[in-house]
Amino acid sequence: MSEPILQISNLSVDLPRNGDRSHAVEKVSFSVNAGEIVCVVGESGSGKSVTAHSVMGLLPKGQLTPTGGEILLEGENVLNASPGRLRALRGTRMSMIFQEPMTALNPVLTCGEQIDEVLQIHTDLALAVRKEKVLAIMEAVHLPDPARIYGAYPHQLSGGQRQRVMIAQALVLDPVLLIADEPTTALDVTTQAQILRLISEMQERRGTGVLFITHDFGVVADIADRVVVMEKGQVVEMGTTEAVLKRPQHSYTRMLIDAVPTLDPPSREENAAPIMLETAKLSKIYGTGGFFRKTGEVRAASEVDLKVRGGETLGIVGESGSGKSTVARCIARLVDPTSGSIRVGDLDVATMSERELRPHRRRCQIVFQDPYRSLNPRRSVGASIIEGPVNFGTPHKEAYAMARELMSLVGLSPDALDRYPHQFSGGQRQRICIARALAMRPEILIADEAVSALDVSVQTQVLELLEDVRRKFNLALLFITHDLRVAAQICDRIMVMKSGLVVEQGRTAELFAAPQHPYTKALFEAAPGRTFEFARTPSM
Amino acid sequence: MISYILRRLAATIPVMLIVAVLVFLMLRLTPSDPAAIIAGDNATSEQILAIRAKLGLDQPIVTQFFTWLGRVLSGDFGNSFFFKKTVWELVSNRIEPTLSLSALTMVFAIAIAVPLGAIAAYRQGTLIDRVVMGFSVLGFSVPVFVIGYVLVYVFAINLGWFPVQGYQRLASGIGPWLQSLILPAVTLSVIYIALIARMTRTSMLDVLSEDYIRTARAKGQTEAKVLFRHALKNAAVPIVTVVGIGIALLIGGVVVTESVYSIPGLGRLTVDAVLARDFPVIQAIILLFSLVYVLINLIVDLSYTIFDPRIRH
Amino acid sequence: MTARTSIAPPAEIVGAPVASRPTVWRKLRKNPSVLLGATIVLIMLFIGLIAPVIAPTDPTAINPAARNLLPLAESSARLEDGTRATIVHLMGTDSLGRDVYTRVLYGARVSILVGITVALVSVAIGTIIGTAAGYFRWLDSLIMRIMDGLMAIPAILLAIALVSLSSAGITTVIIAITVPEVPRIVRLVRSIVLSVREEPYVEAAITVGTPVLPLLIRHVLPNTIAPLIVQGTFVCASAILVEAILSFLGIGIPPETPTWGNIMAEGRQLFRLFPHNILFPGIFLAVTVLAVNILGDGLRDTLDPKMEKRA
Repeated sequence: MSEPILQISNLSVDLPRNGDRSHAVEKVSFSVNAGEIVCVVGESGSGKSVTAHSVMGLLPKGQLTPTGGEILLEGENVLNASPGRLRALRGTRMSMIFQEPMTALNPVLTCGEQIDEVLQIHTDLALAVRKEKVLAIMEAVHLPDPARIYGAYPHQLSGGQRQRVMIAQALVLDPVLLIADEPTTALDVTTQAQILRLISEMQERRGTGVLFITHDFGVVADIADRVVVMEKGQVVEMGTTEAVLKRPQHSYTRMLIDAVPTLDPPSREENAAPIMLETAKLSKIYGTGGFFRKTGEVRAASEVDLKVRGGETLGIVGESGSGKSTVARCIARLVDPTSGSIRVGDLDVATMSERELRPHRRRCQIVFQDPYRSLNPRRSVGASIIEGPVNFGTPHKEAYAMARELMSLVGLSPDALDRYPHQFSGGQRQRICIARALAMRPEILIADEAVSALDVSVQTQVLELLEDVRRKFNLALLFITHDLRVAAQICDRIMVMKSGLVVEQGRTAELFAAPQHPYTKALFEAAPGRTFEFARTPSM
Repeated sequence: MISYILRRLAATIPVMLIVAVLVFLMLRLTPSDPAAIIAGDNATSEQILAIRAKLGLDQPIVTQFFTWLGRVLSGDFGNSFFFKKTVWELVSNRIEPTLSLSALTMVFAIAIAVPLGAIAAYRQGTLIDRVVMGFSVLGFSVPVFVIGYVLVYVFAINLGWFPVQGYQRLASGIGPWLQSLILPAVTLSVIYIALIARMTRTSMLDVLSEDYIRTARAKGQTEAKVLFRHALKNAAVPIVTVVGIGIALLIGGVVVTESVYSIPGLGRLTVDAVLARDFPVIQAIILLFSLVYVLINLIVDLSYTIFDPRIRH
Repeated sequence: MTARTSIAPPAEIVGAPVASRPTVWRKLRKNPSVLLGATIVLIMLFIGLIAPVIAPTDPTAINPAARNLLPLAESSARLEDGTRATIVHLMGTDSLGRDVYTRVLYGARVSILVGITVALVSVAIGTIIGTAAGYFRWLDSLIMRIMDGLMAIPAILLAIALVSLSSAGITTVIIAITVPEVPRIVRLVRSIVLSVREEPYVEAAITVGTPVLPLLIRHVLPNTIAPLIVQGTFVCASAILVEAILSFLGIGIPPETPTWGNIMAEGRQLFRLFPHNILFPGIFLAVTVLAVNILGDGLRDTLDPKMEKRA
């Protein structure tokens, strides 16, 4: 094999002082060859993004500084390059795409102008020639109607199209190295599949070397030639995709791979318990009235019928904008449904006023997505947990004793009750939120993307906790997620939503075995790493 | 975009209507009876009643409001209690000096403040930044009239470069006009410069930490182009907003500056009218200034469409 | 999946002892702007409090024999017990022969009283109205229309108009300065309430049945404290300035009351000959307002660094 286009050896990057460790990245070495996709995978804080930004020379000045090692781009050490030289290399020899295509594109310049800017900076081509080149690259990344998109602003495009514009901009001068920093994380799963396909296609056709940063083993399985696994700033394992994913050597890699839920739902017994929650024709329409705007209404949720029995988990699966969270928020009565009924036990709570509703609030509790915003930062976790019971007349002391029990139940020390949320990690906070919900002795628990913001290893533990409490308290669990793998593991039945409509529902195993609706099929096909057999530590 | 303009235009109507109601109520809330003021100290109660009837003060308050509003809309602000002229005569005479002073101040302030703020942001934490920010806090703190008197003392009394007081109409030539306005405009601009420079800096700092600035650097763009091509246009909306909101400060400053420099403008008239309890004049001035303020902010809102395509579409 | 528990790391048991955040007090004490601003403000407050003790004469005592004296000039005055005493006029006298130094010391009282009162009253009223507007949607558009109307009238103009409605006096002035500040506080509080009520922890409190009032007090309003302290400080600075402007224009507090604005208003006529009547109170006024503004900047940097973006 010829010389690698990117050779990182012994790279160390210091963290600013008073951090929890001294290096963001420590003695990292790996290489990327021409025409190869190398995935750097790891959880948050593993140093994968810092490594990528070091190559581009884009580390925040004064906060992170490379202190050792070298980064050779086609033999040239970019760590020693002058600012001018670095600028000349960026966009021509190496380029980068980012996680959030909306914020990564300048909102006040047209897409064409932004791609053209690369040509303006690095070439002396005339305007007409440049425009031709820009249109050609737009065509190449399969942007529909390049002439129109040339003059369009980023906000007029979809997320996937924006990322295509970013890719076009990165590849217009045919760099040898493309760095992709979680480029699909902010995208819906079907869009993600398209972008991954595009990156592979571009890399094959142009022979670009790709350094691909991700946290998702499904994505790794789909596109990587080789894998570098990072943990806490260090490389713990690397090798070909086959080798690493099927025969992981390092315990951390094994743990990460084990934590990836499989797409095979375990078999679950039929549930004949009484129905705890039932909605009929539940709809939420957001209307935008006004004198001059007749844009009309947005049907966030349309005639949704669902049933959940005690001790049963119903998953609502969908992409962003599908209305899955709207349904959850209607049931929790955080938004008022426009029409339809919500029966909790033998009561219809859909049309109750806040005053009538309050006695019934305790029957339905919700756990939110963002663990960092779900707890009041100014109140101790104990105060947060006992707030509900105290509202309903439980004496303070009794509520506190119960909170201690609940803390043990969710796997935290009861002595931590007087601590504040910032002293806990994300996973721990989700546990506290679950404890807060359980303190109400609810019949229905809604988990609204409750594990989506967590690292994969923590995700597994929180899912297990949800399973445990569902069984223990015979909860009707409504599990909202965009992630098919997670849904496969935890749900008895699944409902697929798209644009406010339920397109399909059924028992998890049956739905996974034979999806009926074309959209469901598309979702399954887009699931990253679908066809890949991961190594699994044998079950006991 | 047209619907945006229409919506903005329509939104100013209720605001002005509320201003009108407030101004009208303010006058009616006065403990002093306008009829008694007009009738003079020796008037009999019959005379006062007659004047009340003539002014329509015996009508229900809602009727009075609409009668009054109708007159105001047709340009009839009534008669001054004190100056024995119509309010409109009085006010229209005073517009030129005030307009000249404000316009000159705005041009001067924007030309100085925006570059200062942008440089301070780009060189955040350096000496330049600190000097600009220090000047800005000082500008907010020293009262307009103190600045005015210091400038008068140094440049007019001691150095004799400018007239101490007074105003030369534009009709008497650009030279004298400008000379009579330079000190007042500099005085008035201090607080405005402080405000705009500060907002420019904040807005630029915000934009400079955005992802698309990183993208521009990732393309190999030079720092100067990053600053001017990518950052400044994105930072513009908060800056023009503060230029618009700052008009309120400017109008307040006009009242004081015209008093210090004896400029016969609307600001002076305001003070004279308040001292004389000349309510029709006060009403007219408040309505006029508020209208100008609302309209300038409308223009500012509409200018967003130039800077931000997300509003345009 | 439960079978794989053995491989997963053991569930975290205790909240990790993350480095505790430095307390707000410690941060404030370390901030040079806060220190400098607070020190000067306290000195001014102290000067105002002990003015009767350190002032050489009565602030309203007219002495026709000692009119328009330059700084450091001396005069003799008859005291209450009939003896005569010599007074050194550190800052000269005004056209009625009153000691400017004495009046400047007393002026600190009025300025600080007006500043603090306006800040407290406008924050209190603004918080109540702003919370109501932010939380109860049916009230929102009505309240905000009125606030928009109030804000469409330039603040000083509104204050001038309000002063003209009533007899001159310190209460009138305080009300006149407070009214234009209220809408700004309302907007600030409303925007915070609107954004905080979307926070998941507030929604969680709703789902556990917390009634509206405890919900607002426990979860929503604490988020307004830091921004309000900062905003209140800036309101205080601007109130001191506006009071001085009103007095200077002769439409504020009655001229015999010693306020910095009144002293300067009195000094206007003879400004060319005796600039000290404007200079000294001007310096005191500027230093005080500057100190309050510096304090506000320091408070903002430590308590509410995102504030400027909101404005």
